[in-house]
Amino acid sequence: MATETAVTVRQILSEPGAPVIVFDRVQLGFDEKPVLEDMSFTVLKGHTKIILGASGSGKSTALKIIVGLLRADAGVVWVNGQRVDQLSEDQLMAVRGDLGMIFQEGALFDSLTVRENVGYKLYEETDLPIPQIDRRVVEVLGFIGLTEHMNKMPSELSGGQRRRVAIARAMAFRPSIMLYDEATTGLDPITANTVNDEMIKLRDLNGVSSVIVTHQLRDAFYVATHMAVRDSSGDVRIVPATPGKEREAEFIMLQNGLIIFEGDADALRASTDPYIREFLS
Amino acid sequence: MALLERWLKHIALEVQEYVQLVHAAFIGMFRPPFYTHDIVEQFDLIGVGSLTVVLLTGFFTGAALASQSGLTLDQFGARPVVGRLVSASMIKELGPVLAGLMLVGRVGSGIAAELGSMVVTDQINALRALGTDPVRKLVVPRVLAGFFMAPVLTIMSDFVGITGGWLVSRFQLEVPTGLYWSSVTRSLYVQDVYMGLIKPFVLGFVIVTIACHVGLRTSGGTQGVGRSTTMAVVAGSVAVIAADFFVTQLIIKLLY
Repeated sequence: MATETAVTVRQILSEPGAPVIVFDRVQLGFDEKPVLEDMSFTVLKGHTKIILGASGSGKSTALKIIVGLLRADAGVVWVNGQRVDQLSEDQLMAVRGDLGMIFQEGALFDSLTVRENVGYKLYEETDLPIPQIDRRVVEVLGFIGLTEHMNKMPSELSGGQRRRVAIARAMAFRPSIMLYDEATTGLDPITANTVNDEMIKLRDLNGVSSVIVTHQLRDAFYVATHMAVRDSSGDVRIVPATPGKEREAEFIMLQNGLIIFEGDADALRASTDPYIREFLS
Repeated sequence: MALLERWLKHIALEVQEYVQLVHAAFIGMFRPPFYTHDIVEQFDLIGVGSLTVVLLTGFFTGAALASQSGLTLDQFGARPVVGRLVSASMIKELGPVLAGLMLVGRVGSGIAAELGSMVVTDQINALRALGTDPVRKLVVPRVLAGFFMAPVLTIMSDFVGITGGWLVSRFQLEVPTGLYWSSVTRSLYVQDVYMGLIKPFVLGFVIVTIACHVGLRTSGGTQGVGRSTTMAVVAGSVAVIAADFFVTQLIIKLLY
């Protein structure tokens, strides 16, 4: 019975547009202060969910609940067909095998080189042969254009390079879902765009589903309205998204732990809600 | 009243979290994955890295002890038994406690600062998100290293301390070398050796688990890291003295 259920779940999740993350009436509070209140949303396979909101509105908390770093007080959270709100820390490890998370400031391991950071999970948590892992690390660093920094320590990198290495670390084990927590905050617009481009490339070239938490409107709209294409010569270009592709990116606006808006970029721009207008201005 | 209640709750929570961490570390010692590379690295950092400070402390303590004891023993005409006093004090009490206190200062503070920094920079969360259990990866290697290296360091500290006592006895108190060393060995009972060996196992374990607990509970940015480091040293030092007392009582009851 359990095997049949697992097979059915796998079949459903393999279909395009399958729900890979489901938040159902999730609540969380710290010290009796509510942080998330009845939060519900769904992330579909290959789509992007962009969570906007002011500092302290509960955006990062939602990401930490998805990856199981925090446990919701109430509600149901499904990730890849598993109820993560009911799993033990050991059981969560399996779910995390398909989740890549980029933390604010990167959270790279200070004592490891860029190569060791990027290949961390593969070196430490798998039995893959070292040459195979090394090849994957080079491939991933090539994808984000940082191969020449492979043997540097994180302290020798710029802020933008650290974020990109964090993306490389999260994508090295080929997760199908990426969670970005303020990946571009504190970066200048040009560097932020290089990080945005990596998010777009991962989504469009590798079919990765994304949840992006940010309060940088410019970056949020850029990711939602652009797409990556590979031309006949094999080069990757970032171009304005087609209307259909644009609709695959949905926005959520949080205010004090409550969802006050959910819709695509056009609907967000057209919103007449005073808080959203103020946030967008 | 409310303040007292809050304080008691805080203490109860700390104890609960500490016990949970120790339990998780214990489980982690016997269940894979095992991070062998980290275990070897911690044995080197905690054991070899602390050698100089522990040996210097042991040497000067033994030397000072012989010097002070010489003055007291002279009052009874018992200067030739200075070796007995030095060895008994070093092996049963001063060796383990001073090595423990040195480990608190060097290792406990370092562990709390390192783990605390990892907490405030989200590196611990990153480890968990990458599928690594921080207890198995960070705590277990440190606890194993503390548990097994503290006795080794203590034995070396004891020996160097007794040697320091010999130097003072020979050249300051003018006690013949043969008399000093025979006095050292003659006065030692097997129970004393057990006491000197059991204590550092307990102290090493206590020092490292407290430091790991304090480090992993860090909050409040870089200021919090500073607070955790201080807390690890203060709590670790008090715990060393207290654990020494209780272990002494237990061993006296069981072995003597």
